[in-house]
Parts: sequence; structure tokens; C-alpha cells
Amino acid sequence: MLAYIVRRIAYAVPILVGVNLITFALFFVVNSPADIARLQLGVKRVTPQMIHNWEQQHGYDKPLIYNGKAHGLETVTDTIFFNKSLKVFAFQFGQSDQGRDISNDIVHRMGPSLALAIPTFIVGIGLNITFALLLVFFRASYLDASGVIACVILMSISPLFYIIAGQFMVGKLMNLVPISGYHYGWEAAKFLILPVIIGIVSGIGSGTRWYRTIFLEEFGKDYVRTARAKGLSEMKVLFRHVLGNGLVPILTGAVVILPLLFMGSLIMESFFGIPGLGAYTIDAINNQDFAIVRAMVFLGSVLYIVGLLLTDICYTLVDPRIRLD
Amino acid sequence: MPVFLTTDVLLYLLLAAVAAFVFYARRKKYLRDPWVRVFRRRSGMIAMVLLSAYVAVGVLDSVHFRPVAGYGPQGQAHYAPQVISVLDWIATPLRKHTEKTYSAPFATRLFVKETVPGPNGKERRIYPRLKWAGAGLAHPRKQELGNVLYLGSVGAVEGLAATALLTLLLAWRLARRREQRWRAMLARILRARTDIPWRAGLLTAAAVLVFVFMCANLSPHYHLLGTDKVGQDVFFEAVKSIRTGLLIGTLTTLVMLPFALLLGVMAGYLRGWVDDAIQYLYTTLSSIPGVLLIAAAVLMLQVYMENHPGLFATTAARADLRLLFLCIILGITSWTSLCRLLRGEALKLREADYVVAAVGLGVSRLRVMTRHLLPNMMHIVLIQVVLDFSGLVLAEAVLTYVGVGVDPTMNSWGNMINGARLELARDPVVWWPLLAAFLFMSVLVLAANVFADAVRDAFDPRLRSGTV
Repeated sequence: MLAYIVRRIAYAVPILVGVNLITFALFFVVNSPADIARLQLGVKRVTPQMIHNWEQQHGYDKPLIYNGKAHGLETVTDTIFFNKSLKVFAFQFGQSDQGRDISNDIVHRMGPSLALAIPTFIVGIGLNITFALLLVFFRASYLDASGVIACVILMSISPLFYIIAGQFMVGKLMNLVPISGYHYGWEAAKFLILPVIIGIVSGIGSGTRWYRTIFLEEFGKDYVRTARAKGLSEMKVLFRHVLGNGLVPILTGAVVILPLLFMGSLIMESFFGIPGLGAYTIDAINNQDFAIVRAMVFLGSVLYIVGLLLTDICYTLVDPRIRLD
Repeated sequence: MPVFLTTDVLLYLLLAAVAAFVFYARRKKYLRDPWVRVFRRRSGMIAMVLLSAYVAVGVLDSVHFRPVAGYGPQGQAHYAPQVISVLDWIATPLRKHTEKTYSAPFATRLFVKETVPGPNGKERRIYPRLKWAGAGLAHPRKQELGNVLYLGSVGAVEGLAATALLTLLLAWRLARRREQRWRAMLARILRARTDIPWRAGLLTAAAVLVFVFMCANLSPHYHLLGTDKVGQDVFFEAVKSIRTGLLIGTLTTLVMLPFALLLGVMAGYLRGWVDDAIQYLYTTLSSIPGVLLIAAAVLMLQVYMENHPGLFATTAARADLRLLFLCIILGITSWTSLCRLLRGEALKLREADYVVAAVGLGVSRLRVMTRHLLPNMMHIVLIQVVLDFSGLVLAEAVLTYVGVGVDPTMNSWGNMINGARLELARDPVVWWPLLAAFLFMSVLVLAANVFADAVRDAFDPRLRSGTV
């Protein structure tokens, strides 16, 4: 097992290098730092001196890959590629274009993101499984058919509508909870309950339908027939056999996104004013703060790869037929 | 003078490809059968009719030209600077009837009070009459309802007449093909005694046509869904947004398809280092969270556009190029899943008897891939493409909200929703732009989802039973 994990981590390194190269190409080759400086300073009436100052302030006044003026090892280290791109491997994200320390910001903003994402995720999965089991239990009945239709309708509505409508109805018309904002500690529940509910509702259509398909697929398998032939009740077949086996794909599907919960939800957080990483990213996009976007791209990729690794480990734990050697 | 925007040309290409496929598949039983299965389902038929209505609007909105603004002394035409589409031209009253600012649906007065000089010289604060909506009415409060009902029912009658015409046409065609009498055929259609649920399709078409004719009759005289902040007709904006939604949903696929096909088949069939390289490529790309990659790429495009303003002749061309680029970058983030599926299928098929036989007969590798593997994977491609469509339409709204979507000057549901956020915070609430975007977008996505289900069930042999 340990050998497998080590091998998988080693396998992740070239992928992260690839991600790094892509972001480097995207952020520094497509547009030179001078172009970005011009945009930050306002396109018109920018003097070369102002651009040079901006570059110097933010550490962009270096050659891209190879520094001919420096000596020894510095020909490689005193470059944009080394300072801005390679250092993220040590999780040194440096400073944002506004001059704040990105690593520090990320650590501070992780809490609110998780406080929103974890309840949404757990309650959401629980509800989706419950509904899916209900539909499967009454399969090929009117309840099942209308449930599927409801699912398709629910998933055809843009998540933005759920947010706007929920915020408007519950927050503004009924005045039950504050529309947006955040408070650290237990007070946060007041601010989180509405986004959590909306997050669950907007995911219920596609989730339930997907899980229903998984359970139905299990129902067609031989072991279900065997279980029925043994004389087990339908309830027992459903909960013992179908649920247990159906959970394997569900769990592994969920584990992939587990680490990504750290990144928060972009639209939820910005709509509800929750100071998490999602809102951080949106603010960075709107302010065109490329240092932050670059850091988030890398962080997201790392978390995704961690998710894949966890998935594989999870497979071995829940499904004894799969062995990693 | 016709104008060809880049996305227009790509859309024409796509339509031509679809038309060519239809023409080709009509006479091949194995290609036709799954499609017949799609249309045998009532839900598939209804969804198809709705989607066709959307596509018709989108195509009308994709034929652009510059109208003649006037004639010179020698009779040579001068062209207006702005580019309009055929849809704009059809809906000229909607386009030109702009009010001052917000007005509610079917309102005849403005939504906000204004100070106007009264008859006796004093200034008063009233809700002024709208410039266009209900302009011919002397007493709008008394006359409006009657007028709306009259125009609406005329539209409904016209719509029903058009449906009747359509029904007769269909009955005549079907009767001729099967060499029956058209009356008998008509009776069968009306009693739903046909293999393909024509009646359900015609009922949907009736609903669509009645809606279209009612709107056509009413919209020159009233603002059906009100006006927005700068006084533009919201109904017209929502209709104009159809093109953007459709383009994002289809062009993205068109852009990514060649790569996914080529690389997926190569990886699965050639194996070895090619497989390793392609797998590395798509694993790397798919490990970057999609929204972030799109955000990064679009931000960089913005910087590039700001710094090179000379590249774009008009704002329309600029918005258009941004839309195309958004499609490309969406394609880059979404081709990986299809590529992975195709690779798996190619791995499976390369062991199939007919492929082994072809290799044994000395068929070249290129020919094996193009003649034997590709045609047998097309159902996967089709299912994936149709399933992706609705997700892409929804993604447009979210990306536009995040600030990395289509150009702010372009009509799109995302831009409408984005604006609606501030409008809901007003008091009294301005709700109609949100409602308009919601209605038009949800119907399209719902139809696309239902259609996707029908296509998946018809084409995927594994799933043919079981799901509803």
C-alpha cells in the first residue's frame, strides 16, 4: 500500500510540472508582464517609466527563463519562471499584485469556505441518496416517473436562479436570515443556513437522478436475483445489497471532489458575501490580480490530484475485489 | 451588404454537416434506426420541436448584414455602420421602440416617477406615459385589456391556422410516401395511431406557433416583458440571447471534437508512447479546475484585447471573437472526458474480430482507425455531445456572472441575470428581466435535457432498458 502511494505521488509530479508550464505560458508568454502592467495602470497615458516601476515593485523586472546578466546558479534562479512559477511547488505563492501575502490569505479564508462547503456536501449527498432509494424502491410506478420528471426540471434551472430567488424570498421578503455577510465562530450559522440550503436544492436534481441510475443498474445484477431467491424481503434487498454495492461508485465519486471543497464555491460565496476562497478568486478575477489566480490554479490542481489519489485508496478499502499492486 | 462573423461561418458549417449527415443517413437503415427510436418517444418528439424553434431563431439571428442607409448621387448605396441580423430586421419595431428606462410588462406608463411641467405651469411628479407601448390608446386604463385580448386572440387564431396548414402538409406527405389517401392519414395522425407520435409533435408545434404569432402581434404595441434600465425591450433581449446560448452549446463541441476524436482513437489504438503522451496531456489539462482555467485564459484574452485594440473593426466583431474564444477554451476544458471515453472504447474495439481481420488483411493503420474504429464510436460521441449541450448553456450564465463569460455588450442570459441582481435590490423590485432570462433559458435547457435522454436511450445499447 505504502509503495503504491509513493508511486502515485511520484506520478503526480510530472502532471504538476505540466500544470505549472501551462500557467506559466498562459500568464507570462501570451502577454508580457508589461502588458499586464499597462492594464493595471490604465491603458491610456502610461509612460514606460511607470511600467518599469510597477514591474520592479512586483518582481516582474526579470528575464522570463534565462538571465544572461547574472552569474552561476543565478542565471536560472533570478528569473520570472523560477520566482513566480517554480516557487509554488514549495507553496510559496508570494505577494498578490495588491501587495498582500497570498499564502496567509489562503489560510485565513479556508475556514469560511469549509464551513459552507462541508455541510452542503454531506447533507446534500445524504438527501440525494435518500431520494434515489425512494424512487428506486417504487421503481416503474407513477411516483418514480414523476420523481424523475421533477429531477429533470430541477436540473434544468440554472444555479444562479436558485441563489437569486432564494436570497430574495427568504432573505428579503421574509426577513428570516441576513442576505449576506459572515461572522466567525458559531454566529456563522445564521449566515450559512440559507446558502447551504440553496446549495443542496440546486444539486438535488442531478444528484438524485444519477444515484437512481446507479441503484437501478445494481438491481439488474445477479446477486439481487439470488437474494430474492433466498426469500429476502424487498426492503432487505434494497438496504443490504443494493445500497451497499451502490455506495461504491457513489463514495468514490464523492471522494474526488472532497479535497476541492477547500476551494469553496465561486458563485455561492460571492453572492452571500462569505469571505472564503471562492470569493477570493472572484475578487481576484474582477481586480485582474493575476498572482492570486495563478496561485489558485495551482492549488486547485494539487487538490484535484490528491482527490484522485484518495479515490484509488478508497476503492481498495470499500471494494475488496480491487487490489493495488 | 452581407457580413460574415466568424461564429456565423462556423454555425453554417455545422448546419451543413448536419444536413449532409441527414441526407446520407436517410437511406442507411443502421444509421436511421436509432434516430427513429428517438422520435418514437413522445418526449423526444416534443423536445425536438421545441429545440427546432430555438434553432430557427438562432439561425435567423446568425445571418448578418449592414442595411442600406441611403443612396448617393449616382445611385450607389451607402451602408449603415452597424451590423444587424435578419432577426433584428424582422423585429425592427422591437429594436427601435426604446423607452426612457424601466417599465413593467404590459405597462403603458414608466416604472419611475418623473418631474414634468403641468398644464398650469407648475411642476408635477407623475409616472409619464410610455413613448411606444399602448401609444394609440386614449385611455389606456380602460382600453388596454380589450386591446391586448383582441391582438392576442388574433395571434392565437393565426397560430392555429398555421398549425392546421402544417398538419395538412404533413398528412399529405406521409400519405404520398405510404401511398395512402391523405384523409385516412390525417385521421390516423389526429387519433395518434401513428408509429411516430406526430400528434404530440403537432400539439407542441401548435403551442409554439400560437406563442410566436401572439408575440408577433402584441410586441409592436406593448413591451411583453417590460423594458430594462436603458429602456430596451426585455423580450427582444431574451430572444436575441438565444443565439449566444446555442452557439456556446454547439460551437464548443465543434471546436473540441476533432482533437478528442483524433487523440482518443490514436491513444487507444496505437498504444505505446503515443498513448502515454496523450494520457499525460489530458490528465494534466483535466487536473486544472475548469472554471479557473477558463478564468485565467479569458483574463489573458482581455489583456491581449486591451493592448491590441486595432485588431477588431467593430464592437460586434470584437464581441464575436470573444465568444469564439470562450467556446475554444470551454472546448479545451471539456474535450478530456470525451477523449478518455474514446480511448477506452478504442482499446476495446482493437481486439474486436473485424479489426483483427482488417489488420490481418493488411489494411493500413490509418485506414483501420478511420474506416473501422471511428464509425463504430460515433454513438459515444453523439451521446456525449448531446449531454454536454445543456451543461454548456448553463455554464455560460455562471461564467458571465463570474466575469469571464461573453462580452458585456453581447445579448446573453448570463448578462441579463447579472444585471437582475442589482434590480432585485431596488424598491419596488424590478423582476421582469430575471423572469425573461429564466423562462427562455429553462425551456431550452429542459428541452435539451429531455432530448439528450431520448438520444442516449436510443443509441446506447447498454442502457436500452431500465431507465425511464
